[in-house]
Amino acid sequence: MKTDDLITLMTQDASVDLRYGRALALALGTGTVFSAVLLIVTIGLRHDMASVFETARVLFKISVTLVLAVLATRLAMRIGRPGAEARFPALLLGVPFAMVAVAVIIELTTLPVDAWRTSLVGRNALFCLFFVPVLSLAPLAGLFWALKKGAPENPTAAGAAAGLAASAIAAAIYAWHCPDDSPLFLATWYTIAIAGVTVAGALLGRRLLRW
Amino acid sequence: MKQSAREEEWAAWLRLAMKGETQAYSRFLVAVTPYLRAMARRRCEQYGAPASEAEDVVQEVLLAIHLKRGTWDPARPLGPWLTTIVRNKLVDSLRRRGRHGNVPLEDVADFLEAEDETHEAADRLDAKTMLDRLKDPQRDIVRSISLEGASVRETAERLKMTEVAVRVSLHRALKSLAALYRSE
Repeated sequence: MKTDDLITLMTQDASVDLRYGRALALALGTGTVFSAVLLIVTIGLRHDMASVFETARVLFKISVTLVLAVLATRLAMRIGRPGAEARFPALLLGVPFAMVAVAVIIELTTLPVDAWRTSLVGRNALFCLFFVPVLSLAPLAGLFWALKKGAPENPTAAGAAAGLAASAIAAAIYAWHCPDDSPLFLATWYTIAIAGVTVAGALLGRRLLRW
Repeated sequence: MKQSAREEEWAAWLRLAMKGETQAYSRFLVAVTPYLRAMARRRCEQYGAPASEAEDVVQEVLLAIHLKRGTWDPARPLGPWLTTIVRNKLVDSLRRRGRHGNVPLEDVADFLEAEDETHEAADRLDAKTMLDRLKDPQRDIVRSISLEGASVRETAERLKMTEVAVRVSLHRALKSLAALYRSE
């Protein structure tokens, strides 16, 4: 085909039905609502939510997962846009990790040593390892659908960012059920679940996000 | 024309194009192509690729711009978006052709400042094979619109399809062409 013929062809396909930004917003909204509803109809919110909400550890758990979700989502949104700055949003991810590190240190200094083990193991570690990945499925599918319309420079990195964002959203949702409030629990089991989904996202991205 | 003036003009055309104005889109593509061609030829020469491959690279980059134009935020400047997408596709294309595609971004940015150069489009020898690899009705639609210069409506009438179906098929055909290049 001559290049001029190709241009004629593309000209007839000028309009853009769904812009990338809108596709992302749609995908994230749908995925998040889906997972939130899934949590509510399956395991539900924790019963004592109203009364525990004021305790520092619960408040911390909810806010740190939210901060991670917002920052990781921002990164995932940037990474599919050619020419958009992604380094600073990536560096900002250090903030929630630093928050967790500080909380762990405070927890270790205030808790007696023989209580460390119970706080770390918690009551529902397996539940957390199961539900965070499950709740990240819908946001992950949505993000991949949108990122397919994007043009990420590095498909593996884009997949990892999508995995991180999806599992951070899932963690922020699961935190409303999770009965384990210790930062030790958070730093261990949430991190394992999030890391697993992030690696899965990277592997999927490598295969699916080439363009 | 200076870089900023050119960039603004291209951005204005692309903005209109995304709303469905075919003429503005045509202007944009026709304006960008000579710069892409000059850059592709320079690269192919530099990496010892035959000049005939340059036109393939041009078409690949054009397809990438076309299929990914939805990622440009019309509220932002066009330059950074365009140079990044061109560089990424150029690197990808040259690498696939077995050359080291290490193209610095600054180098690509030059094409916004480059002098107007006239480059004749090289005719592609394997034009037919590319078309033949498309499925029906994509192949008929591509042939009708590009080679015979028919409009979407005329094509729809001729193939007894709705205009919407022709548009959808045309978009898929362009995606398929990009995929064919990628798998080459």
